[in-house]
Amino acid sequence: MSGFVNSLSVMLGAKPLAMDTKRQSEEVRQLHKDKRSPEAIAERNQAMLDEEHMKPKNKWLIRRWISIFLVNIIFVISFYFDVQLVEGALTASRVIGFHFADLNSAIQVMLAHKAFLINLVIGFVTVFVLWWLVGGRSFCSWACPYHLVSEWAEMAHLWLRARKYIKNRELHRGTRTVLYVIFSLLALVTGYTVFEAISPVGILSRAIIYGPTLALIWVAGLLVVEIFFSRRFWCRYICPIGVTYAFVGSISPVQIKYDAVECHHDGACRRVCLVPHVLETTKMGYADDMEVSIGADCTRCGMCVDVCPTGSLAFEVKGLKSLL
Amino acid sequence: MSDSKKTDKAPEKKKKPKKLSKNQRKARREFMRSVAIGGGVVGASLLGFFPVEKNWNPRLRPPGAIDEKDFLAACIKCGQCVQVCPVEAIFLGDLDEGFGIGAPYIDSRAQACDFSCDALQCILACPTEALTHKIDKKEQVRMGLARVVRPNACLAKEAKPFKGTIRGPDYNGLMRITEIDRWVPVKLGEHEFDRTVCDLCVKYCPIPGALDLEPLYENASRDGWLPVVDKECVGCGLCDMVCPVEPSVFTIDERKTWSDT
Repeated sequence: MSGFVNSLSVMLGAKPLAMDTKRQSEEVRQLHKDKRSPEAIAERNQAMLDEEHMKPKNKWLIRRWISIFLVNIIFVISFYFDVQLVEGALTASRVIGFHFADLNSAIQVMLAHKAFLINLVIGFVTVFVLWWLVGGRSFCSWACPYHLVSEWAEMAHLWLRARKYIKNRELHRGTRTVLYVIFSLLALVTGYTVFEAISPVGILSRAIIYGPTLALIWVAGLLVVEIFFSRRFWCRYICPIGVTYAFVGSISPVQIKYDAVECHHDGACRRVCLVPHVLETTKMGYADDMEVSIGADCTRCGMCVDVCPTGSLAFEVKGLKSLL
Repeated sequence: MSDSKKTDKAPEKKKKPKKLSKNQRKARREFMRSVAIGGGVVGASLLGFFPVEKNWNPRLRPPGAIDEKDFLAACIKCGQCVQVCPVEAIFLGDLDEGFGIGAPYIDSRAQACDFSCDALQCILACPTEALTHKIDKKEQVRMGLARVVRPNACLAKEAKPFKGTIRGPDYNGLMRITEIDRWVPVKLGEHEFDRTVCDLCVKYCPIPGALDLEPLYENASRDGWLPVVDKECVGCGLCDMVCPVEPSVFTIDERKTWSDT
């Protein structure tokens, strides 16, 4: 239970817990001890040298990009060919006739409008169950069109940074939590869905389906900030949609599982991660158990799985084994 | 962009000679940056107030739209109404409409709602009842009211005929003409009208009793008529679309009701 609370508080902006051997299981303490032996260190260093020539895999990246593309293109196909598969936009839709509503958009509307809307509740519950089943913030990395363009901006950012043209500026991760509260209060008090006016997810989704709009200038502006000023700043520090789905993800059966035994603690996973604070446990001596589930903020994007040279990080569906 | 070294060495406040460690300075800069950018994002979102509060861009909303403020709150900006409209009358607001971004509107002169769907499809499509489900007949709709603003331009006033396409062959507005096809709307750019006295607005008004041509002169020495809007008018704007003179004889006062007049 304390692990769950900790995962939520880290998601909301708290610093990840420092290493504390008192929390650790006897087994993992022994493992860390063994890993600190000179022979083990020498072995790891040699292995890491060998791995430098390895090319990172793109297995999950390709799957994810296909997923984002399909999710968004199916709206377009439904509209243009009038096949009624998925009508609407990412904010709300009918999927073969069933109501779907983006959780954050639905919350904004409920707060602003203050009325019980049965179709919206049905859409909310349906989408909640759907994203609960597949990992919560997996919405971000597997469906959100802004995530995709933001990944491209991130590539540009890293290219520029490697050549020392720019440097990255971090924000406090609590910013997102404060904004989440502010936007909720603004909807409640003003009676307008304030966040929707600047949500790049809604803007992009509608632009893809209904044609380009002036609002794309705002999205382009955000990408410029991400390229030149702060890596992935919107998804990391601002977007309330991510917080909503992170709450769903905190109780989702789909998790990234960390296995401490083979890990070289080289930090490759943390360098590619959108939310590296969730991977604090992969630092040498930090794991509280032999196997650790990565926290609520994880988008299940699989970048760490692709980049890990030892297979210590993998997708896991909790309870699936016992079910089978 | 590489001013970090300068700020690292920046002299600290002299009042309090408290020395901040490098980490503390870094944390302080991060905090200031977070406040600035977070504030900037909230500020940008609040700019959306101006267009709606100042009513910069009053819009004709689709059939069934509830009170404007509630409408903007309830609308989830998904465009399902856009997708079901058979005459493609509905468009979504852009950045310049503030909180109205993504909310549907109709430009009646370009493409009016002609109720060719019969069943108020946009209302049925709306998942949040921003288009209220309480109505199910076109006569119950209250989008606004038509008003004759340029009577002197009206062809009927001088008993003039109208023959040909309204607004030329390039105009791609759609309208259902039941005597031609009950289900498929006609492309107005391809349709030749022929009226001995122009009465297109009245003839094609989809609401019975909403618009009539009334004679201007008591004695029969002269012929002339003008369209007169009655309280049945729902503000769909079809008269505005079909009016062949440029600019239109009509305007649609969005959200105006008969009791306002």
